Amino acid sequence: MKEFYIYTQNMTVGYGKQPLIEKIEIRLRRGEILTLIGPNGAGKSTILKSITRQLSLLGGTVYLDGRSLEEMSGREMARRLAVVMTERIRPELMTCQDVVASGRYPYTGRLGILGEEDWKKVHEAMELVYAGDLACRDFSQISDGQRQRILLARAICQEPEAIVLDEPTSFLDIRHKLELLTILKQMVREKRLAVVMSLHELDLAQKISDQVVCVHGNVIEKYGAPEEIFSDSYIEKLYGMTRGSYNAAFGCLEMEPAQGSPRVFVIGGGGWGIPVYRRLQREGIPFAAGVLHENDVDYPVAKALASRVITQRPFEPVGEEAYLQAAQVLKSCEKALCPIPVFGSMNERNHKLKELALRQGILLDNPGKNTYNER
Amino acid sequence: MMNKKVCLRYWISFLLLALLLVILVLWNVNSGSVSLSPREIVKILLYREGEDTALHIIWDIRLPRILSAIILGGALSVSGFLLQTFFGNPIAGPFVLGISSGAKLVVSLVMIFLLGRGILVGSGTMILAAFLGAMISMGFVLAVSHRVKRMSMLVVCGVMIGYICSAVTDFLITFADDSNIVNLHNWSLGSFSGLNWEHVSLMAAVVFITLFIVFFMSKPIGAYQLGEGYARNMGVNIKLFRLALILLSSVLSACVTAFAGPISFVGIAVPHLVKSLLKTAKPILVIPACFLGGGVFCLFCDFIARTVFAPTELSISSVTAVLGAPVVIYMMVRRQGKGM
Repeated sequence: MKEFYIYTQNMTVGYGKQPLIEKIEIRLRRGEILTLIGPNGAGKSTILKSITRQLSLLGGTVYLDGRSLEEMSGREMARRLAVVMTERIRPELMTCQDVVASGRYPYTGRLGILGEEDWKKVHEAMELVYAGDLACRDFSQISDGQRQRILLARAICQEPEAIVLDEPTSFLDIRHKLELLTILKQMVREKRLAVVMSLHELDLAQKISDQVVCVHGNVIEKYGAPEEIFSDSYIEKLYGMTRGSYNAAFGCLEMEPAQGSPRVFVIGGGGWGIPVYRRLQREGIPFAAGVLHENDVDYPVAKALASRVITQRPFEPVGEEAYLQAAQVLKSCEKALCPIPVFGSMNERNHKLKELALRQGILLDNPGKNTYNER
Repeated sequence: MMNKKVCLRYWISFLLLALLLVILVLWNVNSGSVSLSPREIVKILLYREGEDTALHIIWDIRLPRILSAIILGGALSVSGFLLQTFFGNPIAGPFVLGISSGAKLVVSLVMIFLLGRGILVGSGTMILAAFLGAMISMGFVLAVSHRVKRMSMLVVCGVMIGYICSAVTDFLITFADDSNIVNLHNWSLGSFSGLNWEHVSLMAAVVFITLFIVFFMSKPIGAYQLGEGYARNMGVNIKLFRLALILLSSVLSACVTAFAGPISFVGIAVPHLVKSLLKTAKPILVIPACFLGGGVFCLFCDFIARTVFAPTELSISSVTAVLGAPVVIYMMVRRQGKGM
């Protein structure tokens, strides 16, 4: 167990006397990021609060730096573990510099006056999160993105060996989400921090985490490397998704497909199909897609949104069998669309499909226009 | 590495407060129903020489009153600052939360009970009674604060508690023995009059010891300003800290009530003004500045109370309300504007 910086043994957490999640065992080395994912109210924050001693444990032990957290003094803990909490704070009349400086608390004397060395650390921390220019700004008057960076700087300034963050990316736009996590990752690498955090963004969790913990229905349902956790079907189950679907490879969400037998046939491939699929789904028109190679970028989206997908094995030209199937479906459709402008040796038969649609008189020539709903 | 301009601001603010205090002290010494020339006053103050009546007026009436106003005004402001820290809201204060009124009620009860039996009430007993009353009110406020999330509701509850306590106090006073009514009545409205050196030394002891402790708590208070969670992570023992805040702020406001009765709005207005002057909320600066500012504010109010309609004296609370309430209203409006 010595190799792990933070680990728990048989930890039970909850509010009051009611255990919420039992038998939690996590192990984290320095230089690693562990992310908690799971639906709202599953207990992610409860776990984080228990690890940071904000909540008392209902059972088991948390070890930090090889020692039980409960035996540590406040100062000993503060020098090892910093937090960034999800609750918004709005301190009165504090500059960003003051907020960051509050991280020096465990190092200053009885009156909490910062020395030259401490101020240097404060400025270093602010530079690390690219917030040097914010030093004298009022903390309550900066943007959410800046605020999270300042709070991260505050945590860094505490010179911890571990940081616990509760949903650090909530309220941030995509640019600031990426920025914050990039800075965090950089810190982890440079300072060999152990990071435990909760995230709502699965795509980011998948990309940044070394370990992922799935909290669901009062248990830790899964715990492992992101490769082991992120499959389409598991994520849908974890969040109890009943409408739409999750694509783990792209980390994106798709709406649920329109119901019914296909009314439009889309001859797609190479990414040209995706905007058409999305549009048809939006307008509530069930459609068929084909013939798609199973490794085509269009394929996962078509699979999520189309009521029928005709496919071909990867790296093979579209075969006769797939063509015949597609032709049959196409004939039963009211309209056909062919957004792809070029054909090659692999999708020659799709060209044949297009000609068939033309002969049938159902091919709409300009898929960009809003013409699908014509009857 | 602290910004030079900021440092300068702190220095100037403190100098300004100190200067105001000195000016007000001199002004107060110099004003009153018996007029004395500055030369006489200097003589009396420095050499204790002069006419007996004048000596008596300066040394036994004006000086104790001035010192009481400074010490109690300062105590009240610091008490307000502590309560604001505790509730995380700048509109909390001993008067609006009903703590002063609770103290007043218990003090009246004790006085009427003891005086009725011919027992003289000492200052120590008064402080204890006021502290008890403050704690009872505080208990109510805390019980309510667990149930209501919104601070405005808490303040409304505090005001209600204050009204109930005041009503009961008035009721008691109306039915108290004649001999003590006048005295009790004056006190229950708030006044710095009738305090002697014995009172001053006792209040100074209580207030300065408390302030000393408060000053050495400025580090955890600073951490607490970022919220309970961050303070806990910094290693602050939250339970102990909150208890200390309650006890210390109650001792301070109880001491004020015991000697001068309830004084309104100083606890909110002064910390706010001081923070705006310093442009910071750092406790290590705000606590001493609050004490100075409270002294200045109360000295000024007392000056108005006793000179504007002389020889009739206004109750100190009416003056502090007239000057302090607009500040409080301004704060509330500004906070509302920010959508908090």
